[in-house]
Amino acid sequence: MQTVRTASPEVQAQGPAPQPARSLPGPARQNGRWAGYGHLLLARMRELRREPEVIFWVFIFPLLLALGLGIAFRNKPADVAPVAIVSGPGAQRALALLQAAPQHAAIHAEVLSDAQALKGFRLGKYALVIEPRADGSFQYRYDPARPESVLAQDQIDDALQTAAGRHNPLATSSRISSEPGARYIDFLIPGLLGMNVMNAAMWGIGFALVEMRQRKLLKRYLATPMRRSDFLLALTSSRLVLMLIEVGLLLGFGVLVFHMRVLGSVAAILLVGTVGALCFAGVGLLTACRAEKIESVSGLINLVMLPMWVFSGVFFSYERFPAAVQPFIKALPLTALNDALRATILEGAPLTAQGGRILIMAIWGVISFALALKWFRWV
Amino acid sequence: MMAAAIECRGLRKTYDGKVEAVRGLDLEIQAGECFGLLGPNGAGKTTTIEILEGLLAPTAGQVTILGRTWQAHQRELRELLGISLQETRFSEKLSVRETLELFASFYRRPRPAGDVMQELELTEKAESWVGKLSGGQKQRLAVATALVGNPQILFLDEPTTGLDPQSRRQLWEIVRAFQRGGGTVLLTTHYMDEAQRLCDRIAIVDHGQIIALGTPAQLISRLGGHHVVEFATSGNDGAHQKELWRALPGVDSVHEDDGMLLLNVREPHQTIPALLAAVESQGSQLVHLTTRQASLEDVFVHLTGRHLRED
Repeated sequence: MQTVRTASPEVQAQGPAPQPARSLPGPARQNGRWAGYGHLLLARMRELRREPEVIFWVFIFPLLLALGLGIAFRNKPADVAPVAIVSGPGAQRALALLQAAPQHAAIHAEVLSDAQALKGFRLGKYALVIEPRADGSFQYRYDPARPESVLAQDQIDDALQTAAGRHNPLATSSRISSEPGARYIDFLIPGLLGMNVMNAAMWGIGFALVEMRQRKLLKRYLATPMRRSDFLLALTSSRLVLMLIEVGLLLGFGVLVFHMRVLGSVAAILLVGTVGALCFAGVGLLTACRAEKIESVSGLINLVMLPMWVFSGVFFSYERFPAAVQPFIKALPLTALNDALRATILEGAPLTAQGGRILIMAIWGVISFALALKWFRWV
Repeated sequence: MMAAAIECRGLRKTYDGKVEAVRGLDLEIQAGECFGLLGPNGAGKTTTIEILEGLLAPTAGQVTILGRTWQAHQRELRELLGISLQETRFSEKLSVRETLELFASFYRRPRPAGDVMQELELTEKAESWVGKLSGGQKQRLAVATALVGNPQILFLDEPTTGLDPQSRRQLWEIVRAFQRGGGTVLLTTHYMDEAQRLCDRIAIVDHGQIIALGTPAQLISRLGGHHVVEFATSGNDGAHQKELWRALPGVDSVHEDDGMLLLNVREPHQTIPALLAAVESQGSQLVHLTTRQASLEDVFVHLTGRHLRED
């Protein structure tokens, strides 16, 4: 161990002769202001890249979700309406009329006993039951809470009346129009993007921070001249880098697989994504600012995210919720992000029209960051 | 006169207003010294070293490091100190080199990571992930992250706890090499052999206070004798006859430990024949007799009546 303070051969190439480490401030490497930040960001990106779970949850999972839901809810041609006709006098007449109607291809009718027809209707096998009456009229049994039942009632009535000789006083015609942009997958992909930005920021920052705290790594960093702001900045920047990749992947996937049409500019989409990622970085930081155990922060993260998964219009429009709660829903950061992404991607809305949404995200982000820094526990 | 490398006065730390971890502690550690805080678990060693490291605020007392205070020169001091905490788990998916380069990037004038790896015999593991290192290698990496900033003072909190003998000796060499280069070292340990072999001076800490301070040799000589004669007799127990044993030639003090009688002795060759004669005259027999050099463990037992490690 006599030579412990000499340089290794590969390092000698960089500097002059081996020298005692703490001697004169020779031509030793000198770090600039941003060396720490750069290395922290690099280390974070390396760690993420080497974590297969991260790759799956951040990149693969949203694509699988988009693929699965996109296929399950793809726009299909209108279904054939299944109807049951209660047997008895008049049943054959109803059947004959339906078969003679111009819409007969979209109707499937069966003659059954009263009990069987009702049972099938209850189980959802039939959308409508036709009950021929003694006076020769027909009675429809339908369920106003079942959309397909309501539709079938209109459709069957139309078919029966037309077949029986009704004349429409007004000439109308229809043209089929199912454009990309109005489909479920078009609604879904920006929602998944928003959700992913939230998930990844909450886990990538909140969880990662608490893990480092638990490992005493935060304390170890604190024992160096590292600037705390550099550390938080690097953690946040790593989120932005991942966000760029996520946006590219999901939109690319939508365009290639589902022929989605992206109307907004890439710059506008990325700007909205950046504001969203920064906002949730703040929320993630706040969620993790005190927790000492990863178990406790996991619960907190889910508690913060769950309401937004439900209310913020990821999988379905929040317009379905009562009007009274709409203002609260719109004040949630994920609602603002999803709305802004949808308007930008699907409608090509200019950023100037998104001021309110961007403001909501900015307020959440700034307040969260401020509180997180105030309450942050390093050791 | 030059200011001490590390100085603290009247250090106190109370947790939650009740638990007193440190109860009035004064220290003065000179530049170039290797100083050890020796004490059992829970004695307040870690609290003390973390206050000196500027990671914990004391409830009362002053700390001066290289003539600077934490309040006024935080960032400057961070550049001058290398710290290894009791237990840090570095990112498992970064390599040794990446970890060292990360830590080097925080300092204005770090040492090349390659140098530090070679010095700590980590070069072979440079590209291995931290998660794949052995306990000894991880501990060397922890010390390497402290050395890469080119510090003037090295703080090591329990650097060899849980390591095998070979890894411990390796770390001792690293500490000595740092000291040879002019560095100052403050370490905590509950291994008396570590303190004895490695440290120039030692403070024995118990219940948050320093109960003895000096070089290992001074502390041991304070026992009176440098040798310990340990024995047990059959028949009537010798404990009641402490005065008898105390009166034997060359005996400085007597105490009982776990059924054995321990004599601190200056001249074993005078004491032992007298001891044998005394045992025989009582009509009992020796069932155990050893002599050894007195150690810091004996000092601690002498001062507190307890052992450093109760395992």
